[in-house]
Amino acid sequence: MHPIRKQRLQIVVLIVIASSLAAGLIVYMLGQNANYFFTPSQVLQGEAPKNITIRAGGMVVDGSIERSSDSLDVSFLVTDGLADLKIYYSGILPDLFAEGEAAIATGKLDGDKVLQASQVLAKHDENYTPPEVADAMKQAYDLKQQEQYQSQEAKK
Amino acid sequence: MIAELGHFALIIALAMALLLSLVPMIGSFRGYSSWMRLASSLSLGQLLFVAVSFVCLAIAFLMDDFSLKYVSQNSNTALPDHYKISAVWAAHEGSLMLWALILAGWTAAVALFSRSLPLVLSARILSVLGAISVGFALFLILTSNPFERLLPMVPMEGADLNPLLQDIGLIIHPPMLYMGYVGFAVPFAFAIAALIGGQFDSAWARWSRPWINLAWVFLTIGITLGSWWAYYELGWGGWWFWDPVENASLMPWLVGTALMHSVSATEKRGVFRSWTLLLAIFAFSLSLLGTFLVRSGILTSVHAFASDPERGVFMLMFLAIVTGGSLILFALRGPAMQKVKAYSGWSREVMLLINNLILVSAMTMILIGTLYPLVADVLELGKISVGPPYFNFFFVPLTVGLVIAMGIAVFTRWKSTEVNLILGKIPVPFLVAIISAGILPFYLSLDYSYSITGGLTIFMSVWLVATIAKDLIEKMGINLKRIAKLSHSYLGMQLAHTGLAICILGVGLSSAYDQIRELRMAPGDKALIAGYEFTFSGVNAIAGPNFSAFQAHIIVTKNNQVVANLFPEKRHYNAGGQVMTEADIDPSITRDIYVSMGEPLADGAWALSLQVKPFVRCIWLGALMVSIGGLLAATDRRYRRRRQSASNNEVAL
Repeated sequence: MHPIRKQRLQIVVLIVIASSLAAGLIVYMLGQNANYFFTPSQVLQGEAPKNITIRAGGMVVDGSIERSSDSLDVSFLVTDGLADLKIYYSGILPDLFAEGEAAIATGKLDGDKVLQASQVLAKHDENYTPPEVADAMKQAYDLKQQEQYQSQEAKK
Repeated sequence: MIAELGHFALIIALAMALLLSLVPMIGSFRGYSSWMRLASSLSLGQLLFVAVSFVCLAIAFLMDDFSLKYVSQNSNTALPDHYKISAVWAAHEGSLMLWALILAGWTAAVALFSRSLPLVLSARILSVLGAISVGFALFLILTSNPFERLLPMVPMEGADLNPLLQDIGLIIHPPMLYMGYVGFAVPFAFAIAALIGGQFDSAWARWSRPWINLAWVFLTIGITLGSWWAYYELGWGGWWFWDPVENASLMPWLVGTALMHSVSATEKRGVFRSWTLLLAIFAFSLSLLGTFLVRSGILTSVHAFASDPERGVFMLMFLAIVTGGSLILFALRGPAMQKVKAYSGWSREVMLLINNLILVSAMTMILIGTLYPLVADVLELGKISVGPPYFNFFFVPLTVGLVIAMGIAVFTRWKSTEVNLILGKIPVPFLVAIISAGILPFYLSLDYSYSITGGLTIFMSVWLVATIAKDLIEKMGINLKRIAKLSHSYLGMQLAHTGLAICILGVGLSSAYDQIRELRMAPGDKALIAGYEFTFSGVNAIAGPNFSAFQAHIIVTKNNQVVANLFPEKRHYNAGGQVMTEADIDPSITRDIYVSMGEPLADGAWALSLQVKPFVRCIWLGALMVSIGGLLAATDRRYRRRRQSASNNEVAL
C-alpha cells in the first residue's frame, strides 16, 4: 500500500477502536454516576431506589431542624407541600441553609425512607431556587389544586 | 441622563457593528478596496461607543443611580467604590456589557495589528468579528438592557451586591475569563475568513499564533482565579467541583490548548490544516456554550443565579447560528485545505496528534457529562446530576497519558526521529521518576504508609520536570547564560510544562493527603490534625463597613510553638441579610492551614471546619507559571518579524 494511505488507514482504525471504547465507557460511567432527583412525595411513595446515591430536596420545614448536643449530627424535614422527607446529615450546613428555604441533599435512602445525606446544598442568592425544587413544588401545588377541584366536584 | 447617553451609545455601537459585518465583507467579494479599508475605522469606532456605554453604566453605579433597575439590584450606598465598579459585571446585563466591551477591544486590537495582512483577509476577519458583535449588541439591547429604568418608583436604597462577589478575586476573575472566551473569537474569525477565501498557509498560521496564545493565557488566568476564589471564599476549602459552569470554562481551555499545539504543527510543517481550523471553530463555539450555560441558568450550579428563559433561547439560537454556520462552511471548504505530508511514527507531528487526541477526548467526555442532565431532562428521563467520580474516572488517566507523552515529545523532532535516539534519552528521567514515586510518598504521609495517588502524582511531576531538565541541559549545557540564546517559544513551552508539573503536584498531593475535620468546639477545646494542634479560644462580635460578624480566634501550634493565629468570620450583611463564611488561611508552599466557621451551636460552641492541605497552593502557582509560559511564547521574535514574511508570501485570493 502507498505509505500515506497506510498511515491514513492506521489512523482511521485507531480512531474507530478508541472512540467505540470511549463511547462504551462513557455510557457505563454515566449510568454509574448519574444521581437522580426525587421529590419527597416520590420518595415516600417508594419510587426512589434504596442504597443508591440519589438527590432529594424541597423546602426545609419550619421547626424541623434538630441538632445533636454533642456532635455535628443534624436532622431536618424537607417538603414539596404534599409529603415530608426526613434527612440526616453530619457536618456543617451551608450558609444559606434555613427553615422555609430550598435545600437539596445528596445521599442514600435507608430502610425507613430516611435520607442519609453526604452533602447538603442550599440556594446561593436570595432570588434563586434550584430548578428541581421549583419544579417539585409546582408539581405538588398543581396536584393539590387538582385534588381540591375534584373533591369540590365530588361534593356537588 | 447618563443612562440614556449610555443606551444611545450602545445603539450606535450596534449600528457600527452592523456596518462592520457587512461593508468590508461585501467589499472583499466585489474587490472594492475602499469598502474593505473601512473595516479598521469601524472597529475603532465600535470600541469607542461600547466603551462610552460601559463607562456610563459604571458612572451610574458610582452615583448610586437606583432609578436603573440593574444598579438597584446590584449595588448599595454602603458598598465601597471599588466594589461598585466591579458590580457593573456582577450580574447578567453587566456581564454581557463586559463581553461586548472586550469583544470590541479584541476587534480594535486586530484592526491595529493586522496591517501587515493582505487587505482582503483582514477585512474579512474584522467583518466576522463585527457579526459576532451584532449578535451580542442585539442580545443586550433586546433582552438584557442594563439601562432599563425603574420609573416612577425609584427605590431609595439598592439591594446590595451579592456578598459572595464582594471580593478582590471576583473583581478580576470575570474580566480575565471573558478576555479568554472572547479572545477565541479572533482565531475563530481568522478560521472563517480563511475558509471563505479557501486558502490557509503557514504565514497565516504564524499570524494567528500569538492571538491564540494570548486568548489562552487570559482563559488560563481566569480559570485559575475562579478556582482560587472558590477555595478561599466559598469556605469549604474545595478548589474544583466539576460544576457545570467550571466545566464550561474548562472545555474551551482544553480545545484552546489543543489548538495552540496543532497550529504550531501547521505553522512549522503545514500539516493538520483543516484540523486546526476546526479546533478554532470549536474553541469559540465552546466559549459561547459556556456563556449560554452560565447565563441561561438552566443547570443547577454555584453560578446559577436567578435567570430568564427568554435569554436562554436567544443565546441558544445565536450559538446554533454561529456553530452551525461555521461548520457548514467548514464542510464545504475544509477538506480542500488539507495537504498531505508524510511523517513517521516517532515524529513531533505524531506526538502533537496524541496531545490533540487526548485533549479533545477529555473535552468530549466533559461535554457529555455536562450536557447529559440537560438532554435527560428534555427527554424526560428524570432530573439527573452527574457526580465528580464520572469526571475523575476519565480525566485522571487521560492526564497521565498526556504527561507521559509530553515527556517523550520534548525529545522528538519534526518529520521523523530515530527511535534509538528517543529510547536513549528516556531511561534516566524515567528512573528518577519511578524512584521518587517509590520513596517520597512514605515521607509525605503521617504514618509512613504508601498512597497510590501520591505515588502517581510524584511520578508524573518528576517525570515531566526531569525530561524538561534533560532537554534544557542538552540545549544549553549547564551554562545558564546561554538561556538567552533559546527562543521565547521554546522557553515559554518549557516554563508552561513545568508549571503543569507543579499544578499536578498540588492537585494530586492535596487530594491524597489533605485532612479535613468538621467539629463541634466549645471555647477552650483542642483538636489535633496532621500534627497541628488547633485551640478554639472564643468568638468576638466585630463590625465591617456593610456587615457585622462573629470572629473566631483559633490558635494553631506545632510542637508547642505557635504556628498561626487564625480569625475566620461568620458575616451577616446588613442590606440583604445574607450570611457569609470567611475562611482564614495560614498559607505556605508545602501546606495551607484552613479554618472556617459553621453555625453557632448551644452553650457558646461552634461548628468549625479545620483543614490541613499539603501543597494545595502549588495548584495556582503552577497555573500561574503555565500562563507566564504562554505569554512568553507569544512574544517570540518570529511573530514580530511577520511584517516581512507576510510581504514575502504575497497571497492571491
